Amino acid sequence: MVTLKDNSLANPTEAAPPTTSEPGPHEPLLSKHHFKSVGTRPLRPDGIDKVTGRAKYGADHNLPGQLVGLVLRSPHAHARIKAIDTTRAARLAGVKAVITAADLPDHTGGDEGLFDILDNCIARDVARYDGHAVAAVAAVDAATARAALKLIKVSYEVLPHVTDVDEAVKANAPLINPKNFTRGVEPAPARPSNIAKRSTFGHGNVEAGFKAADVIIARTYRTEQTHQGYIEPHACVASISPDGTGELWVCTQGHFAYRQWCAAILGMDVAKLRVTSSEIGGGFGGKTHIWMEPLALALSRKANRPVKMVMSRDEVFRASGPTSATSIDVKLGVKKDGTITAGSATLRYTNGPYFGMWAELGAMTAFACYDLENVETIGLEVLVNRPKVAAYRAPSAPEAAFAIESAVDEAAKTIGMDPVAFRIRNAAREGSRSSYGPVYGPIGIGPTLKAAQNHPHMKAPLGPNQGRGMACGFWFNFGGQTCSDLNIGVDGTVTLSVGTVDVGGSRASLALCVAEELGIPYDHVRCVVADTGTLGHNDMTDGSRGTFSSSMALIFAARNAINVLKARAAQMWEIPLENVVWKDGHAHATGDGHGNLAPLSLKEIAASAPNTGGPIAGHAEITADGAGVSFATHICDVEVDPETGRTRVTRYTVIQDAGKAVHPAYVEGQYQGGAAQGIGWALNEEYVYGRDGRLQNPTFLDYRIPVCSDLPMIDTQILEIPNPNHPYGVRGVGETSIVPPLAAIANAVSNAAGVRMTHIPMSPPRVLAAMTSADKLGV
Amino acid sequence: MMRYEAPATVSAAVSLLAREKGVGLVMAGGTDLLVKMKSGLVEPDLIVDIKRIKPLHEVKKTASGISIGAALCNAALGENAMLRKAWPGVVEGATLIGSKQVQGRCTMAGNLCNASPAGDAVPALVAAGAKAVIQGPKGKRKLAIRDVPAGPGRTTLKKGEIITAIELPKREPRSADAYLRFIPRTEMDIAVVSAAVNLTLDAKGVIKKAAVALGAVAPTVLDVPAAARALIGTKLDDAALDRLAEAARAACRPIDDKRGTAAFRIQVAGVLAQRAARTAYARAGGK
Repeated sequence: MVTLKDNSLANPTEAAPPTTSEPGPHEPLLSKHHFKSVGTRPLRPDGIDKVTGRAKYGADHNLPGQLVGLVLRSPHAHARIKAIDTTRAARLAGVKAVITAADLPDHTGGDEGLFDILDNCIARDVARYDGHAVAAVAAVDAATARAALKLIKVSYEVLPHVTDVDEAVKANAPLINPKNFTRGVEPAPARPSNIAKRSTFGHGNVEAGFKAADVIIARTYRTEQTHQGYIEPHACVASISPDGTGELWVCTQGHFAYRQWCAAILGMDVAKLRVTSSEIGGGFGGKTHIWMEPLALALSRKANRPVKMVMSRDEVFRASGPTSATSIDVKLGVKKDGTITAGSATLRYTNGPYFGMWAELGAMTAFACYDLENVETIGLEVLVNRPKVAAYRAPSAPEAAFAIESAVDEAAKTIGMDPVAFRIRNAAREGSRSSYGPVYGPIGIGPTLKAAQNHPHMKAPLGPNQGRGMACGFWFNFGGQTCSDLNIGVDGTVTLSVGTVDVGGSRASLALCVAEELGIPYDHVRCVVADTGTLGHNDMTDGSRGTFSSSMALIFAARNAINVLKARAAQMWEIPLENVVWKDGHAHATGDGHGNLAPLSLKEIAASAPNTGGPIAGHAEITADGAGVSFATHICDVEVDPETGRTRVTRYTVIQDAGKAVHPAYVEGQYQGGAAQGIGWALNEEYVYGRDGRLQNPTFLDYRIPVCSDLPMIDTQILEIPNPNHPYGVRGVGETSIVPPLAAIANAVSNAAGVRMTHIPMSPPRVLAAMTSADKLGV
Repeated sequence: MMRYEAPATVSAAVSLLAREKGVGLVMAGGTDLLVKMKSGLVEPDLIVDIKRIKPLHEVKKTASGISIGAALCNAALGENAMLRKAWPGVVEGATLIGSKQVQGRCTMAGNLCNASPAGDAVPALVAAGAKAVIQGPKGKRKLAIRDVPAGPGRTTLKKGEIITAIELPKREPRSADAYLRFIPRTEMDIAVVSAAVNLTLDAKGVIKKAAVALGAVAPTVLDVPAAARALIGTKLDDAALDRLAEAARAACRPIDDKRGTAAFRIQVAGVLAQRAARTAYARAGGK
């Protein structure tokens, strides 16, 4: 059973490179230093279809006889559901099914995480946030479904609510879950509270460290809740046959996990549900979780017809995957020579109404960039009446980095040291014990800082009202379960079947790796994302694992295929197998008496396959251990309008370690995308709740993600410090780029505005108020 | 079942609306109406599309000024050199709305009838002293733009009445206007606060006529005569600008909401009024 915890994006215990003693294609691991295909920038196979509108996204799939499914959602932040009367809705002509929680009985067997997923999909006794699903209908068309929703009568008993992170931890706050007793506290608390778990990390003695300091920086920081803001809303088509088997076509980052969760919730065998993933119009972690998919399946089961569901933007904002709002206390002790003597932080992260591991991830990542003798972090998971938090690109790390990197910047300023030099002095290196436990292998934090120090951006002049900031960021990266097929066609071209959804150009990158390994042109390799019926289990595309893990599996699959190709060539030549080597896409005969045999191409061997043993394929199933941690340093210039508090980002540079950039253009794209999302988060994006606990801005008009003209061209620099655990040295690159921006921009705005900004987003009213009060105080 | 009608004449449109027993709504570009319908905010029984009424797409010079047809899209205003020259502030307000795609559909009259206090097309029209030409079951009338909105989402139009044109007055020499809005982003946003200033200078560059309008600081767009008086008789010196900001701020009655705080709106209303005044003054030839 997959629980949230099993599917964490991080693999924090995985620091030391695992050693493998298996022979065969896995040996030697790091076999490549010189590349022919890897490192080039060919066009992606999905590109033309995407720009011409031919690509099929979640809402583009249709089935004969399909119904329209719609969800009725709670208008209250917190309310007991006393009764739901669906009789009038069910009687309306054209309505084929109406469901409530009663139609999704609890099959979770005591699995708390899975039960929370079920309860979030459809409220059972209590609606826990504005937008929580309480019923759903399937009808012949949207107008009928909408009319049916209005005929459902729900009797609510409104309960007191709390949405604010700092309010929720107060002793007299309304309880989100009266059965919640804080975990991780000894002895266990006698009274329930809204703190679901306390987790602690660190080593050394922070009190002694603070005593040894010349300067102490202590501040509290806040960040507001943001949404991943993927442009494509959640969409699926579900079809359950009377024989009990089913199919789901869905936009997801992980169709195998969706299958597992949906099957468990519906009480089905995993093998009886086939899930096909669509193209994905953005996910960023928000599509690593199921939301309305079990409702579509349950409606289809009840109506005996396929059911299509597409969320509106309002539903996406109110009821799917935002990140945490946070409140973070940081204390930093520093000597005048630039040594950090101690660092501590208490991090409060909202989880929504259900328990997750968001503060824990924040507490783990907070000080991960630094080599500290004394460090302690405490993470508190805070329950609030807001939607269930889902992963958002390096989940929880940006908020923690904002707090820590702001304090680090202030500390450097206070002792009169250059912020980059200060960080270089304290940066973690190979052999450092990380603040969350493991000892680092070869890592990129030092090199990214040195690159920043030498970057022309660092020396460029600044204009009036402008300021510069920089910050570092860390992310664990993840490997996970991976299963891939490589099939050689009759003409010698190659089809790859992978189970990791392509969210950032991985099909191109994977084709490059196989072209490299087989020694054939990129154009001869085509990669498809296969459905759950055709491959073994694959973990989701999360933790920056898509290209890392599937390339590892496919390189091994290619090596398996090469073994077959060599055997077929030996058979064709009638020579011993040990006299065949594979080079540049050809079998070569070696040794006495065989040297004059002309090499056999992959195409020639494939053409002979019917006579030499049939189709040729390679397969690999692995747990891709050793993802290799990732670091980045960002530099940012801003201009702040002193009369309005409006901030414009004028220049931005991302420097990040990629291990080995398989397709550099898509690595740069990941760097730029993370920075762009970080700029939105830092400056304007936030969930605004009213006093009634309802979300005020569930639209892209008032939830302000950046538009193109808000962003400068984001400059990138790729560093390549090979990951020893991957055959080509690859590290995941997708997430780390969103970790430094909040801090880098906050440091830049603080420098431009002349006042330390401690509250994200730094929206114009907040910046203007900070500047005005600083003026009044004569700061 | 909702009905959709696209009559060819104003009188046909008026009679359709007047006869409708349920909710009848006018659609020009549809850039507000369709969004509201999709989100379930309105459920009309009848939609009367006025885009097929040919005269409503015309820009005409008339005896009293310039008449702009109610169905003319804002992109067309932006491409009209005569309008850009005479009323640069009116045109910049109208052409700031939405994206290129939205510009090809949306209209000033639609923005006015949507009656949002933050509508970008409205403040410059108020500062210009423009009028709405209205036709209804009882005939034709003209109404000052500032009197069209009654409050957020409500207008003073009566059942069956539609706006057929917006009339801008005749331009005197050495006149110009300017419109500025504050948005946290660079485009595709809605005004948190906005200001329009319309000026006429004398031969020596002294302001002889002025009008100042503010958006998103009250239930409707505000015409602020006290702010205008702060400018008249000056060459926009620093003292005049200070008085302008002070008068503008004094007139504001904003709220705290998701788009900004009341305190922020009041402060920035003064800033935008000053900046718009400087632009209008320079455009009118002031030095």
